[in-house]
Amino acid sequence: MYIYSDFDAEFVRSRVKQFRSQVERRIDGSLTEDEFKPLRLMNGLYLQLHAYMLRVAVPYGTLDAPKMRKLADIADKWDKGYGHFTTRQNIQFNWPLLKDVPDILDALADVEMHAIQTSGNCIRNVTADHFSGAAADEIEDPRPTAELIRQWSTDHPEFAFLPRKFKVAVTGSPNDRAVTKAHDIGLRMVRNDAGEAGYEVIIGGGLGRTPMIGKILRDFLPKADLLPYLEAVLRMYNLHGRRDNKYKARTKILVHETGLETLRGWVEEAFIEHKSSHESPSEALVARIESAFTPPPLDTNIMDFSSLDKKIADDPILRSWVEVNTDEHKNPNYTIVTISLKPIGGTPGDASSSQMRVMADLAERYGHNELRVSHEQNVILPHVRRDDLPAVHAELKKAGLATANVGLISDIIACPGMDYCALATARSIPIAQEIAERFEDMKQARDIGPLKIKISGCINACGHHHVGHIGILGLDKAGVESYQITLGGDGTENATIGQRTGPGFGADDVVSAIERIVDCYMDLREGPDETFLKSYQRTGADPYKIALYGENARVESLKETVNAA
Amino acid sequence: MARAFTPKVVTANDLLDGDVIYLTKNGDWSRKHGAAHLLTIEDEANQWLAKAEAQQEMLVGAYLADASLDDDGKPAPIHFREAFRAKGPSNYPNHGKQAEL
Repeated sequence: MYIYSDFDAEFVRSRVKQFRSQVERRIDGSLTEDEFKPLRLMNGLYLQLHAYMLRVAVPYGTLDAPKMRKLADIADKWDKGYGHFTTRQNIQFNWPLLKDVPDILDALADVEMHAIQTSGNCIRNVTADHFSGAAADEIEDPRPTAELIRQWSTDHPEFAFLPRKFKVAVTGSPNDRAVTKAHDIGLRMVRNDAGEAGYEVIIGGGLGRTPMIGKILRDFLPKADLLPYLEAVLRMYNLHGRRDNKYKARTKILVHETGLETLRGWVEEAFIEHKSSHESPSEALVARIESAFTPPPLDTNIMDFSSLDKKIADDPILRSWVEVNTDEHKNPNYTIVTISLKPIGGTPGDASSSQMRVMADLAERYGHNELRVSHEQNVILPHVRRDDLPAVHAELKKAGLATANVGLISDIIACPGMDYCALATARSIPIAQEIAERFEDMKQARDIGPLKIKISGCINACGHHHVGHIGILGLDKAGVESYQITLGGDGTENATIGQRTGPGFGADDVVSAIERIVDCYMDLREGPDETFLKSYQRTGADPYKIALYGENARVESLKETVNAA
Repeated sequence: MARAFTPKVVTANDLLDGDVIYLTKNGDWSRKHGAAHLLTIEDEANQWLAKAEAQQEMLVGAYLADASLDDDGKPAPIHFREAFRAKGPSNYPNHGKQAEL
């Protein structure tokens, strides 16, 4: 865990002090809302449908027990006893009072956290693979890179008023769990022919109203060149990104309108110019950051797990949880545990304060004091000794945190939607709840296999619906909630935007529509090894359109074929 | 041709807690949609909105929202967004205004 320097601590405290004075002046009438709004947004404070919402940054999704406990304390003292983990690896509190927010920010500063740059047209919280530092397939831990970018981008004066927000994601593994191709900049750790670690730099990915998959800007960027190169990218975006239309202001549009080759030329030129004058981070700083992410002392002796394996085999509930909610660790004595925040019928991503404390306790007792928030709205214990799994599972079960559904149909990403968000055009959460309830039979869910459903309540796509195997987009159609379905999306290294099936469904019909899609897949698949996504890629959309819209869809499809010919 | 004016209420969010508020006949604010003043004349609606917008020190984001009288003769929301604002989040029936209904 990165420990704040004196500079970091003073900077965060001084921002809280500033904001305290700004809140006081808003309440006493010295500041108008027009004056106050940009100030509150710079500190992560939004006004939603029913109340204020404070979005707290969780840098690259990494927490430890004291931080998690502090979030629980905040939920109890100043909110309604829970928090909502988001698709940006952050946490949101849905009910703070305006006067309390400076106190909340001070409480966060006590554990080296803040809400800076969780809104606005700046470089937002840097996200990373939630298995970082633990994954068996990892080249290097991406978090030192993410922390370096965090330090560089925090309050960077040149990039405080970009054309639009700017999101960076980093992965250290070839299997991309950080959706790097849907970010303004995605960094994928790779090795060159000489075996040196560096980055493949991806630019111009993004979801929202114009979804685009990022393109490779640089095949290999040496690690030492990261900041001058990013500075060159940001400088070109700042200069050439559109400011005339907020819907065309993200990097994806700049790439699309300028062309990758031209943009690459600009960036390379700026990079060369900039590199000579850029003061690279000192070796001491890099070393200080890297030392903050030293792997925990893990036991490397060969261990005999035969009695554990028997215990797991004899307990079907434990076995199911171990099979579904754990992943391979780089050390075979350990495993990565994903705690599902998707109980059947619950709100995706919500955790009560008592659940947060249980997760903190487990991290301390069994997980080397490490926790991660995933963009899929779950919480990870990255380093659990395998023989501790039964104890961890028992504790999670007591806390209502042992749902064995990670990666399955009920592990749904859902944005807050119109239950909270002022931008939303329809609700997301009740749709997720109803789908999970419809597929609550875990045996059935496991038979269906890996299936990612992602739901957004508006075209801004916080619920990542474009990259869901099944994506659901909630819209307002003439005063009625309507849900559009997309199929075949993929957020991994093979990132793909899902295809729309056709007309949307009403709130009462959308869950049955999802059921018809799943039934169709189960009929079509060549066997349990052919996942929904693979099967869809083989068959295409036509059988699903017929399942959704009936035989008319077959006629329409034939017409399209004839017209195309 | 301009669309005919339909009845409206003036609504906003309270500055201190962000809760949804409605302008009443007396010119004060209520947390209940049913207590809102239903405005049936366009000019009047705009005047009431202007009065609300002038109260920056206690509210945020005043606007006119479509409404009609319900069976009890009280103003009720028309669009589902306003219905959710008048009630609270559907995932926690004990949160928001619905907790007190």
